[in-house]
Amino acid sequence: MSDIATNGRIGGTGLTLIPRATEKQTIKDFKSDQEVRWCPGCGDYAILSAVQGFLPELGLKRENIVFVSGIGCSSRFPYYLNTYGFHSIHGRAPAIATGLAASRPDLSVWVITGDGDALSIGGNHLIHALRRNVNLNILLFNNRIYGLTKGQYSPTSEVGKITKSTPMGSLDKPFNPISLALGAEASFVARTLDSDRKHLQSVLREATAHRGTSLVEIYQNCNIFNDNAFEPLKDPGLRDDITLRLEHGLPIVSASKAVRRAANGGIEVVDRAGVAEGEILVHDAHNPDPSVAFALSRLDEPAFEHVPIGIFRSVDRPAYDTLMTEQLEEAVAERGPGQLGDLLRGGDTWLVS
Amino acid sequence: MTKQVQQLDRVIIRFAGDSGDGMQLTGDRFTAETAQFGNDLSTLPNFPAEIRAPAGTLPGVSSFQLHFADHDILTPGDAPNVLVAMNPAALKANLGDLPRGADIIANTDEFTKRNLQKVGYTESPVDDGSLGEWRVHAVPLTSLTVKALEGFGVSKKDAERAKNMFALGLLSWLYHRPTEATVKFLELKFAKKPDIAKANIAAFQAGWNYGETTESFSVSYEIKPAKLTPGLYRNISGNQALAYGLIAASVQSKLPLFLGSYPITPASDILHELSKHKRFGIRTFQAEDEIAGVGAALGAAFGGALGVTTTSGPGVALKAETVGLAVTTELPLLVIDVQRAGPSTGMPTKTEQTDLLMAMYGRNGESPVPIVAPATPSDCFDAALEAARIAVKYRTPVMLLSDGYLANGSEPWRLPEIDELPDLSIEFTVAPNADDGETYLPFKRDPQTLARPWAVPGTPGLEHRIGGIEKADGTGNISYDPNNHDLMVRLRQAKIDGIAQDIPPLAVDDLEGDARVLVLGWGSTYGPIAAAVRRVRKAGGKVAQAHIRHLNPLPPNTGEVLRSYDKVLLPEINLGQLALLLRARFLVDIISYNRVRGLPFKAEELAGVIQEVIDSE
Repeated sequence: MSDIATNGRIGGTGLTLIPRATEKQTIKDFKSDQEVRWCPGCGDYAILSAVQGFLPELGLKRENIVFVSGIGCSSRFPYYLNTYGFHSIHGRAPAIATGLAASRPDLSVWVITGDGDALSIGGNHLIHALRRNVNLNILLFNNRIYGLTKGQYSPTSEVGKITKSTPMGSLDKPFNPISLALGAEASFVARTLDSDRKHLQSVLREATAHRGTSLVEIYQNCNIFNDNAFEPLKDPGLRDDITLRLEHGLPIVSASKAVRRAANGGIEVVDRAGVAEGEILVHDAHNPDPSVAFALSRLDEPAFEHVPIGIFRSVDRPAYDTLMTEQLEEAVAERGPGQLGDLLRGGDTWLVS
Repeated sequence: MTKQVQQLDRVIIRFAGDSGDGMQLTGDRFTAETAQFGNDLSTLPNFPAEIRAPAGTLPGVSSFQLHFADHDILTPGDAPNVLVAMNPAALKANLGDLPRGADIIANTDEFTKRNLQKVGYTESPVDDGSLGEWRVHAVPLTSLTVKALEGFGVSKKDAERAKNMFALGLLSWLYHRPTEATVKFLELKFAKKPDIAKANIAAFQAGWNYGETTESFSVSYEIKPAKLTPGLYRNISGNQALAYGLIAASVQSKLPLFLGSYPITPASDILHELSKHKRFGIRTFQAEDEIAGVGAALGAAFGGALGVTTTSGPGVALKAETVGLAVTTELPLLVIDVQRAGPSTGMPTKTEQTDLLMAMYGRNGESPVPIVAPATPSDCFDAALEAARIAVKYRTPVMLLSDGYLANGSEPWRLPEIDELPDLSIEFTVAPNADDGETYLPFKRDPQTLARPWAVPGTPGLEHRIGGIEKADGTGNISYDPNNHDLMVRLRQAKIDGIAQDIPPLAVDDLEGDARVLVLGWGSTYGPIAAAVRRVRKAGGKVAQAHIRHLNPLPPNTGEVLRSYDKVLLPEINLGQLALLLRARFLVDIISYNRVRGLPFKAEELAGVIQEVIDSE
């Protein structure tokens, strides 16, 4: 398969409009002078370090990178990166970033958000950003809890969650962020883990290369209010059996399990030992039809029995900002650049002398 | 037969019919002909929010009033001299506004038993003598149109639909309007349906010919062109002038315009207009909601665009938090509020001035925002430029308060010379501004304006972070220091207050300087107030007039002006919002006159109020 040679990437034009740095960058170039103020042990530290460590690899001019965030613990992220940054208001980062990215295609625009920020108060902006496909990288830190407001359940908390606001257990069914994104016509959807630096960076590599909106769900541990929420994925004794690696063109397996087509038309997870190699579902992240990706996103319901990690979907679709720019260029090409005097005199006029 | 021609100095016509009868189009065309002819004019469209309310009912009545004259006029007029009633509902809904002796042109074809019953008439008022106070012209508009279009190969339905053009032709004859532009307009409008174009043009001409031959109209009228200030004119509505003003602001500031907007009555036409002008590099973004509209505009402003959002009252309520973010991050942003009747959904197509206090105070925290209000439809152009000037120079969101009356009303506009437009250009910050020559301080202020520097992404060496959390003076770093917060709150307020030194003083029109009563206004009440002042003066009354354009900060001489009159009268289409602000600020009593009927004031009504205040001296 030819696109395996480009590491599963198709298109890969996400960075082409952004000016390149002339000098080699290091992690130091991306650390701001601000003291990081997350709780000791928070998963955000690992993500910050992974992102700071990844950015030099992109080789973009630092001044052409912008991090936009909403409100919540994760949304403090921009303060700690020595790029341009905008810490905005609760849930609205995708909207603000859309205006920025749509008017400045020369910028690498990132959205940092959490499960409450992106899926509760900002749910509307998230789904519309995804369908619109502006060139944005959205990193959704999912810790399945409200941290900054001190421990209420979130739209990704499991049903029955006992928290300060739900002493008898939460009642509402959580969102599955991957299913939601796929349903919202997202062109790039991935999941990774705060503690797996190498995998996180590999997903970011693909997300930034993707032109359009990329949504990366990052399972992130909140050691204060929801500690060990993702522990099975980190436990050396469990993780290799639970984690179903999604790699384009490769069979979808964990150490002991495999995914195959089910008799009911869906997909199912079976013991790897009992299934022939040819029966195992081969991951196709570029399939225009999102239904298999959606089926994969449902595999971890309801508990962490087997969790797909990696890029669920990566398809080429024109980015909104590109189309918007093209319309402007087309208008100029058809009738020349606008002239204010001609515009004002453009209607029926009459002369009073 | 040669018909008599009578000279008039002014006429007020109201076209009224079902929402599907094309009354707005008819009014627009008559207005265009009248503008072309050179009369001064002012218009008042009045239509229901429902796109097609049940046919023939009172709630479905749509009307368009036009006042035109051989001299300069200020309002669409209080009472029509002529009512064109396309059906019984249109007659019933408008009869109350009609003075004795006015002309009624009634489309008798629609005065059927069923249509009469729908609005509670047992007998046709055209026949039962109940309209004796008026001059009734019973014209079977529909059947005359259908007859005129026989042989044009259009369906009966399409022929009937052309009755508004028949009416337009008749009125065009009655008032000697030029017709070429309407013919051209119809050819263009129906370019893809040449049969329909021909039929409409034929109906229009048939209406004209009917006027010339029928005995129902023995007199036609001439209204000479008005002597306006020399120049090139066009007719323009408030929303269109506002859109043009925003384009001009983009050109004059050399900043690309980014409009983030969500459709809402009566502001949507600004979005429609701006979306046509991509040749100016304008990006229009129809967002998923009001919040995203302003959010995207603010994001674009962070990137160095002229960020604009357009909306009406309910939308302003939703945008409040983002406007607060713009206040604290000190980014330029234009928030255009085309006010409509509230609260909540209220009456979307009706006008009101009830968002002033929301514009002033409708945000959490100490969150001052400059406010500019245009006075007339064409003034929306200048007000947009002025709002942009303040936003860009002072790095602040600015509220522009238009309203439904200005938005949809129109008047002749003398086109400005492009080289006379204000230069709004500013310099982005491109180099470190701290004393050490290396550091960028995003909140180090200009000592004169107190504006902060504006360094946009893409500028090397000035990477910085801003946000909604309180910022340390100078560095902009997160700060919870009590004294710093107190300082920043005061600095943000002082910056806005200081704009008072950068706006014109409040001008007073007090001809002989001996008036003891001042009538004050803001926004769209300018026309009716000025017309009322003229009436009072004509009758020998002495009254001064002042109109406030900058509502925040107020012109520096406002207190002085208020205190130099015995009585200050302030008509507002709200329950006294500016009066509240002025009383609190200047400890001057204000006599409020308030009506919130969704309609502009009438000049006669205000003249009476002014006279009462003068007489109570």
